[in-house]
Amino acid sequence: MKSLAELAAIREKMKDKVILREGSGETRVVVGMATCGIAAGARPVLNAFVEEVSKQGLSEKVTVAQTGCIGVCRFEPVVEIFEAGKEKVTYVKMTADKAREVVEKHLKGGNVITEYLITNV
Amino acid sequence: MIRSQVLICGGTGCTSSGSKLLISSFEEEIKKNGIEDEIKIVPTGCFGLCEKGPVVIVYPEGTFYSHVAKDDVPEIVEEHLLKGRPVTRLVYNDVAEEVKEDVNEEATKTASLNDTTFYKAQKRVALRNCGLINPESIDEYIAMDGYSALGKVLTEMTPKDVIKCITDSGLRGRGGGGFPTGRKWSFTAANKADQKYVVCNADEGDPGAFMDRSVLEGDPHCIVEAMAICGYATGATEGYVYVRAEYPIAVKRLQIAINQAKEYGLLGKNIFDSGFDFDLHIRLGAGAFVCGEETALMTSIEGNRGEPRPRPPYPAVKGLFGKPTTENNVETFANIPQIILKGAEWFASMGTEKSKGTKVFALGGKIANTGLVEIPMGTTLRQIIEDIGGGVPNGKKFKAAQTGGPSGGCIPASLIDTPIDYDNLTAIGCMMGSGGLIVMDEDNCMVDIAKFFLDFTVDESCGKCAPCRIGTMRMKEILEKITSGNGTLEDIDKLEELAKYIKENSLCGLGQTAPNPVLATLKFFREEYIAHVVEKRCPAGVCKALLNYKIDPVKCKGCTKCARNCPVGAITGKVKEAHVIDTAKCIKCGACMGNCNFGAISRS
Repeated sequence: MKSLAELAAIREKMKDKVILREGSGETRVVVGMATCGIAAGARPVLNAFVEEVSKQGLSEKVTVAQTGCIGVCRFEPVVEIFEAGKEKVTYVKMTADKAREVVEKHLKGGNVITEYLITNV
Repeated sequence: MIRSQVLICGGTGCTSSGSKLLISSFEEEIKKNGIEDEIKIVPTGCFGLCEKGPVVIVYPEGTFYSHVAKDDVPEIVEEHLLKGRPVTRLVYNDVAEEVKEDVNEEATKTASLNDTTFYKAQKRVALRNCGLINPESIDEYIAMDGYSALGKVLTEMTPKDVIKCITDSGLRGRGGGGFPTGRKWSFTAANKADQKYVVCNADEGDPGAFMDRSVLEGDPHCIVEAMAICGYATGATEGYVYVRAEYPIAVKRLQIAINQAKEYGLLGKNIFDSGFDFDLHIRLGAGAFVCGEETALMTSIEGNRGEPRPRPPYPAVKGLFGKPTTENNVETFANIPQIILKGAEWFASMGTEKSKGTKVFALGGKIANTGLVEIPMGTTLRQIIEDIGGGVPNGKKFKAAQTGGPSGGCIPASLIDTPIDYDNLTAIGCMMGSGGLIVMDEDNCMVDIAKFFLDFTVDESCGKCAPCRIGTMRMKEILEKITSGNGTLEDIDKLEELAKYIKENSLCGLGQTAPNPVLATLKFFREEYIAHVVEKRCPAGVCKALLNYKIDPVKCKGCTKCARNCPVGAITGKVKEAHVIDTAKCIKCGACMGNCNFGAISRS
């Protein structure tokens, strides 16, 4: 180890791997992963969120978690987004592509994608 | 891409309750469900709640599972990891209730480890990485800002700056004495020599204390880093960690940490291109209590029999191999990197006027949550025992807490609201010690406790000086006389006099503190000693020789069961008539009492 930069490089590389354990992101993305959700394709949605959040460098801010059945099985895969101080946002009939779009536009850009909202189906 | 991590405790407590098996069955089940690319298993150090082991935590939710058995693993994997439904029956008790109530309201969040009363009041500095990182991975340690403190020290600070920072923080030695760490370092730094040493005292000999083991097992790199920082500050280029051979997991992980640090160039020559060299070695102790004393420890590292030597000269002048040496305890070192990174003011903002920061306590004895807790100095004993520790089990009454092990004293129930710090404990004739905290209830006899600790010091006395070698033995004999019912009031006075003499005249800390348990119990529980001597009675019902078993003739149905079970034939009586115990024959084994179906036999 010859410089602080080398140390910082290892730290950056590893950060994503341990940040999960802080579990205190201001924003929580919760994917419904009950039988209904899984059957409707929630797993690729969950994985897409995890990957895209990391890729966009949002790991410190956003925690991606899973939950059970929210109760609207016909709309699965359902994804809820909790942001401190804001109303809960519920996206329905999600896909991996839509998930990546939500990360890009909503979590990063701050704009809710209204066409995927539960109120619009 | 990993979306969830399963942390499984690999500390000594959980390992012995089967956590190794859990790791392999989690691997198996996760593979079976085809989610091995999404879930990562991380073996960690101790979480602190050993009572509830084996402990498993699932992130990002932070769900805290206790008493996990191998058979529970398929359910956790299928329900929680696959479907996102925490297995509520395994979630640690004091939060499980809440989870059930608001099951619709993001149930997973309330089950988090940090919401338990056990953790809420804690402030983790020395234990901050224990149970959070994989202790065998230097990369995870670095991700948690590991080795940044060493980097900062070597590139931005002079040795004087470092010592000033530690002095200003108010950190005091966590091994027992409470000597200001910054001053200790400055003494060594002031002495010129061709070679100086840093020694880490990991010879945790106090029965009941296990925080040093936990730090070494859960976060070994922080000790490596702190020792290198100490080396830079004091001008030492070599360090030794003296650790008990009875701590195999700690030794193994520390060795891995040293090897990894060497590989990364964080130990060795020219670290961070600063021209500073530092190397670290492990020395195993054979488990002699006296080797926890600093001069005896160094004598042992040198390859000699572990015996203390007179001070002065102090180690800062003439220590290991006759060279200036700084010796600190594991927990003291564990605080160092955080102080460097967050600053002296941050550390000094925690605690009381003269005791800064936090202290780790090992809770044991008659307490619900056996385990490790780290709390700010100044927390009261009541908070530790009733809130964090979950109180005394079985509805019994709290009697006293023993601190500092065989060198310490006890805090009686009347002083339960004492804020715990070095000076308050010393003021009541107790000592912080290394932080073993043994809780005792009304069923513990204080004379017996004093005898237990004296037994220990008699065994562990190295024999070099007479006050300790002969004196402690004489004290033990007097205590045996008292507990066997042959003591006199004069014996109590003699015991006290002898205790004071041993304290003043012993060569090292072992002898100087050995009478403490006797003196403390005499101070707070003198009436128990007097009851043993004058009334020939043990109020707690512990000292066998003073017990009397009696059969209540009204309750006795004459079933003969007690007489048949008495190993010495001390019970006589006819069938369907009240029986009688011959106290002269009785050996007070209690077999009759355990066998009586009518509750007719009492002990006094």
